[in-house]
Amino acid sequence: MNAHVKYRVGKSRAVQALIVFMAFLITVPLILIIVYIFREGITKINWTFLTRVPKPVGETGGGIANALIGSILIVLAASVIAIPIGILGGIYLSENKNTRLSYWSRLAVDVLQGVPSIVIGIVVYFWVVKPIGTFSAISGSVALAIMMLPILIRSTEETLKLIPSSLKEAGLALGLPYHRVILKVIVPCGISGILSGIMLSIARIAGETAPLLFTAFGNPYLNTNLTKPMQSLPLLIFNYATSPYDDWHDLAWGAALILLFTVLLLNIITKITSRRWNVQL
Amino acid sequence: MPTAIAAPQRVVRKKNSYGQIRAESLFRRTLVIVGVAMLLLVTGILITLIIGSIPSIKSLGIKYLWGTTWDPVNNVYGALPFLIGTLLTSFLALIMSVPFSFAIAIYLGEYNPKGWLSNFLKNMVELIAAVPSVIYGFWGLLVLVPIVRELEMKFNILPYGIGIFTSALILTIMIIPYAASLGREMIRLVPSPLKEGAYSLGATRYEVIRNVILPYTKSGLFAGVLLSLGRALGETMAVTMVIGNTSIIPTSIFAPGNTMASVIANEFTEADRTVYLSALIELGLVLFLVTVIINMIGKRIIKRFTNE
Amino acid sequence: MITFSKSFRQIAATLSLAFLAVLTLGSRVSAQDDKTLLGAGSTFIYPLFSKMFSDYNTRTGIQVNYQSIGSGGGILQLTNKTVDFGASDAPLNDEQATKIGVPVLHIPQASGAVVVTYNLPGENNNISLTPDIIADIFLGKIKTWNDPRITGINKGVTIPGLPILVAHRSDGSGTTNIFTNYLSKVSADWKAKVGNGSAVNWPSGLGGKGNEGVAGLVKQTPGAIGYVELIYALQNKMDYAKIQNKKGKFIVPSLASVTAAGNVKLPDDSKIFITDTDAADGYPIAGFTWVIIYKDQNYNGRSADRATKLLKLLWWNIHEGQAFAAPLNYAPLSKEALKTAEKILKSATYKGKAIL
Repeated sequence: MNAHVKYRVGKSRAVQALIVFMAFLITVPLILIIVYIFREGITKINWTFLTRVPKPVGETGGGIANALIGSILIVLAASVIAIPIGILGGIYLSENKNTRLSYWSRLAVDVLQGVPSIVIGIVVYFWVVKPIGTFSAISGSVALAIMMLPILIRSTEETLKLIPSSLKEAGLALGLPYHRVILKVIVPCGISGILSGIMLSIARIAGETAPLLFTAFGNPYLNTNLTKPMQSLPLLIFNYATSPYDDWHDLAWGAALILLFTVLLLNIITKITSRRWNVQL
Repeated sequence: MPTAIAAPQRVVRKKNSYGQIRAESLFRRTLVIVGVAMLLLVTGILITLIIGSIPSIKSLGIKYLWGTTWDPVNNVYGALPFLIGTLLTSFLALIMSVPFSFAIAIYLGEYNPKGWLSNFLKNMVELIAAVPSVIYGFWGLLVLVPIVRELEMKFNILPYGIGIFTSALILTIMIIPYAASLGREMIRLVPSPLKEGAYSLGATRYEVIRNVILPYTKSGLFAGVLLSLGRALGETMAVTMVIGNTSIIPTSIFAPGNTMASVIANEFTEADRTVYLSALIELGLVLFLVTVIINMIGKRIIKRFTNE
Repeated sequence: MITFSKSFRQIAATLSLAFLAVLTLGSRVSAQDDKTLLGAGSTFIYPLFSKMFSDYNTRTGIQVNYQSIGSGGGILQLTNKTVDFGASDAPLNDEQATKIGVPVLHIPQASGAVVVTYNLPGENNNISLTPDIIADIFLGKIKTWNDPRITGINKGVTIPGLPILVAHRSDGSGTTNIFTNYLSKVSADWKAKVGNGSAVNWPSGLGGKGNEGVAGLVKQTPGAIGYVELIYALQNKMDYAKIQNKKGKFIVPSLASVTAAGNVKLPDDSKIFITDTDAADGYPIAGFTWVIIYKDQNYNGRSADRATKLLKLLWWNIHEGQAFAAPLNYAPLSKEALKTAEKILKSATYKGKAIL
């Protein structure tokens, strides 16, 4: 081979090495973060940590029970609100591909996906918090539900689009009413993709802080009443991490560990199940 | 009377076809209502933001957008420090992240599209997008900030540690997945005949990438970059924790500053004057419009690209 | 079509019912929700409040959910009627009062010290600072720690040549109000350039959220200087300065010096700034924190029961609750201040009748 070709081949190999190096570099911060949080957090988690509420500043021995329960309740309420609407929205979009309304509706869902979470927090403050007159967990759930909708709608729509229309036509031909065909034939057929969408959307909002800043507000006590302010894991991490108290830092580390691993677990489960059921998301 | 909407299997009831039609149209109407609801939701958000911004627009006018002073004491507000802060952090992050995003996209799309290593990297990238923002902020505050501080002390810059640069660093990590996954999809879509033609003419791998794949996917890659940018612009928590919360125009990349999202997060619950609160909402409106427009352009390009 | 087996359906149904039950029952159980009072505001007084309310909860079972979002936030939330009481280290200014529209009561709780805290390596606690030096540091005029003006009054202390990094509040803060009130009194330059208020246009430096944020910033940044309530510096083992007061003495912020500064006659509405005190042993940067409530508690459908609970809590705050102040280095209310506070509390009404 003449020298010029050798040069070109060499350049190609060099570029390949560079690209491979840079591509895998991204794994470094991820692993660093996971390891760091694991190391700092694992020592803080014990039974007191999980079952007590934070103590007044300066005292040791508190826990994050209020944030744990609060996060679970807020996410649960958000899911109850968002999942039915999201699935119905996805059904609507997949059944109406070309009408004028569906065009604008789809556009709206796309827009919604790009709205920064802090803006949603502002809007829900005016829609829910001010009229009710108090901060509440339910207003936080509403904000989180709004954030879940685009993911739910999009994944439901994509899943249902993959189902061959012959299935629907067969159902209709057999005389089944439209709503039965959709709800009892099509949706169960796509349940795996829809479930993946649900888990993804939950993983997305479980770690959201900004929308809760002006809605759920936080609460140093354990509270199960949705109409009152509630604490949640991301809020706790945000407030305690920026504080100067060492025991609050400890609580934040433990909370960060729990939050990080829950979110990662949800994502991994979603990947495994969607691969097994072979759904394209 | 409509019966048997959900008839239990064991009891056979006479199905009234009129009731069935009613149930069907109810269902269809519900679907349409949900479709309309989405539209109403987004318009509602826009309207709420606009109504909230009116007091500020009325008293400060358009000069608000390039005013440099944010002075709640004297009720003087100007958005420029935050516009600059947002633009600086986002574009810096974009510049730093694009090489890595493209590297990942090219690796996963061209060099190694299948196999366990490729899946591993793909999953890693998606997990990066999954980590909650507040955890990035927390980690950044306690790990990155001391490192940046050391760096600043070496170069004789004021060793704040926090500031625009640190925020941009964290943003970089956070936005890499967006351009990367989109880029990968685009690169995989390049038709094989195109590539094979180039190879058969004696091109090296690098030359095929540079001269065939990249030009072909140019607009798709650009769309991916736009999506990353849209994410960076709206990011709140991680930035708030490491940017320094200073409402003046940053004097250098290593100085503290503020972004539109972080100033809203910090000052919203205490904006005790009408114009103050309204100025913050107007920032939210600007943020909303900018992120939406950028995301829309990106999505448009993708749609056009995948339909060609 | 996927048919879910009967047992699966039963399990799914029971689980969903259980979830819904938790959601609604949770709301039902605490529906006698007047067992929780909501407050928001000053981070200055937060360490004292968190101790007081925790004790109150043990005694009476009433939960007081106090969020330290800054004095400005407290006033705003009170104006929006989303909280039962606000807490602020600065009384309502005219614009805030007009916005609220109806009369409010300011009930003094305790007074505390705003200390100038800093982060210098080595044994450097209680370095001396004069008012004009402090003003010039925060104005950005004095840029390094070993500036001759600082070393001049600190003979015998080796101060490293680090650059000075200013940390201030990024949120609306009563602590800022007290601090800038002081600076406006002692520096004409400061008064002209910056002025005083809960959120000012800082000429330089980093912003931290809450007293906690500023303390966090200073604690982590070598060479940083900031202003926080005394207890934040103490709890985090941070250094703070001796400050020269009006009478020329260098005073260390402490329970004694704050009490000396706070020993003034309160006006009937209790609104007063005690910075730059005339007291010989008084610490110059001290201030009160007030709890602010609506004078007429009958608004937004509030129950008489809730109003009574709130007033009882506040009555306890200024009496038994005061026992927690001194251990945390807050100065409890003096006897006369207490009398004024009692009178103010007694003037709260519900439907025209006094509550207490």
